[in-house]
Amino acid sequence: MTSAHAPFDVARIRKDFPILEREVRPGVPLVYLDSAATSQKPLAVLDAMRDYNERHNANVHRGIHTLAEEATALYEGAREKVASFIGATDSREVVFTKNSTEAMNLLARVVPLHPGDEVVITEMEHHSNIVPWQLACERSGATLKWIGLTDDGRLDLSNLDQLVSERTKVVAFVHQSNLLGTVNPVATIAAKAHEVGAIVMVDASQSVPHMPVDVATLGADAVAFTGHKMCGPTGIGVLWARLDLLEELPPFLGGGEMIDEVTMAGSTYAAVPHKFEAGTPPIAQAVGLGAAVDYLSDLGMDAVHAHEQQLTSYLLDGLHSVDGLRVIGPPTMESRGGAVSFILDGIHPHDVGQLLDESGVAVRVGHHCARPACLRYGIPATSRASLYLYSDTADVDALIAGLGKVRSFFG
Amino acid sequence: MSAPQLESLYQEIILDHYRKPHHRGLRDPYEAEVHHLNPTCGDEITLRVHLDGETVADVSYEGHGCSISQASASVMTDLVIGKPIGEATAVHEEFLRLMQSKGELEPDEDVLEDAVAFAGVSRYPARIKCALLAWMAWKDATAQAVDQTGGSE
Ligand SMILES: Cc1ncc(COP(=O)(O)O)c(C=O)c1O
Repeated sequence: MTSAHAPFDVARIRKDFPILEREVRPGVPLVYLDSAATSQKPLAVLDAMRDYNERHNANVHRGIHTLAEEATALYEGAREKVASFIGATDSREVVFTKNSTEAMNLLARVVPLHPGDEVVITEMEHHSNIVPWQLACERSGATLKWIGLTDDGRLDLSNLDQLVSERTKVVAFVHQSNLLGTVNPVATIAAKAHEVGAIVMVDASQSVPHMPVDVATLGADAVAFTGHKMCGPTGIGVLWARLDLLEELPPFLGGGEMIDEVTMAGSTYAAVPHKFEAGTPPIAQAVGLGAAVDYLSDLGMDAVHAHEQQLTSYLLDGLHSVDGLRVIGPPTMESRGGAVSFILDGIHPHDVGQLLDESGVAVRVGHHCARPACLRYGIPATSRASLYLYSDTADVDALIAGLGKVRSFFG
Repeated sequence: MSAPQLESLYQEIILDHYRKPHHRGLRDPYEAEVHHLNPTCGDEITLRVHLDGETVADVSYEGHGCSISQASASVMTDLVIGKPIGEATAVHEEFLRLMQSKGELEPDEDVLEDAVAFAGVSRYPARIKCALLAWMAWKDATAQAVDQTGGSE
């Protein structure tokens, strides 16, 4: 697979992303280190969406005219591209949603839960994998259980055997943490969950964009991810789930597209995946995501991952060299990805972010929608630098230089 | 770039209040205590108000957050402690006006005193909430304290 790809050439790749050439103010070039929040989009994706809107725009599954056929073929073609990108054997297992958040809400809405049942999540989840389960538990009378964290930013699995029991119906956790960068051992947790017959849902919002993910071997029953973090547009996300699971679950939203037959007495539902796609879907966005997946496949996810691992190591070295800086999350390269949170002694992340912006360096500051994890580490917020396939050592150097300026300003 | 722009945000007065905050710490007596937070960035404040009749007798607080939010709390206590509620509220409204001015308003130094240093913040939409956090907490706590003491208004 990898041998077919051209060697990974960041300078050339950066040319595919016009935004990376802009200045944030005259004379201050953009240094984009916020790809975990959203990635930039290559020309190939922008062109595909423009071409769709200029030449093929029509509603899908609703007409026999030429444009409707073309739009439907492009939309369903995108589904097939996404399916093969993640190793799904059947494209009907790919449900298009608005984003990861909607994908996880979908599952939390339709999985049957009853009083006495338990749902297990972790303290490092994004709010979008916390709140839907809190709501589901409130609705059903089920109980929410939490896997805790260790001091160095990993899941504390020492009491997994007690947490996951016959009562557990769902185990839902993040593959790669957006706050800590930790990559979690999916197979280990999934094996335990499957022993008790629980459904395993993995939030892959930060893993599918950055590493090869193969749903056939991952161990999860359902996986959520979001287009805009993987070179695609906003407005499109994916819920992948085992076909038999999708078929068994009741529908989510009701409306057009998701029905088989509607009478005044009741309705029957379309086959999956359409059962879960009520209303006109985000068609241009799906086309854009299909182009993003092509772009990533052409580079090769192994190569993307290797590049990011190398650069993350360089970033960690740089951060460790800054006086008074503490990395929140795994301090070494072991099982971690390219989102690195840190705090500077005595300087609030808000001030760090503001001063870095003066140097054109875009990082995210705040609790990163993972407040329970921040509380666990006794911090209100962090600054986070996050890398992607177009990031380079110059970006990291600019960050480290910027942090030096922050220190001297507040020093 | 622009050190000038940056300096207009981080005025020396702001940095001074940040480093040496006034009236910090929670004190007794008080009639109302509130806890406010800025959910986007995690700035937090716990604030108490003590009224003596119509006068803001004390405002005490504990919190954490960025330099802007912490300095603003310190400046705010300087401005409201010892004033009649009505007058303190007028200062609050003037500060609110300044924050909504997008940098277009010449602040009234007679009313706002050290708080004029925050004029530059109004050009940074993401930071306005930081500057207002303590003020909003004070307003909330004062209203509750007035209710508590069966206040006159
Ligand atoms: C780990 C993780 N899960 C879920 C999400 C939610 O993604 P979206 O806002 O696109 O639904 C994000 C991104 O913010 C994330 O990083």
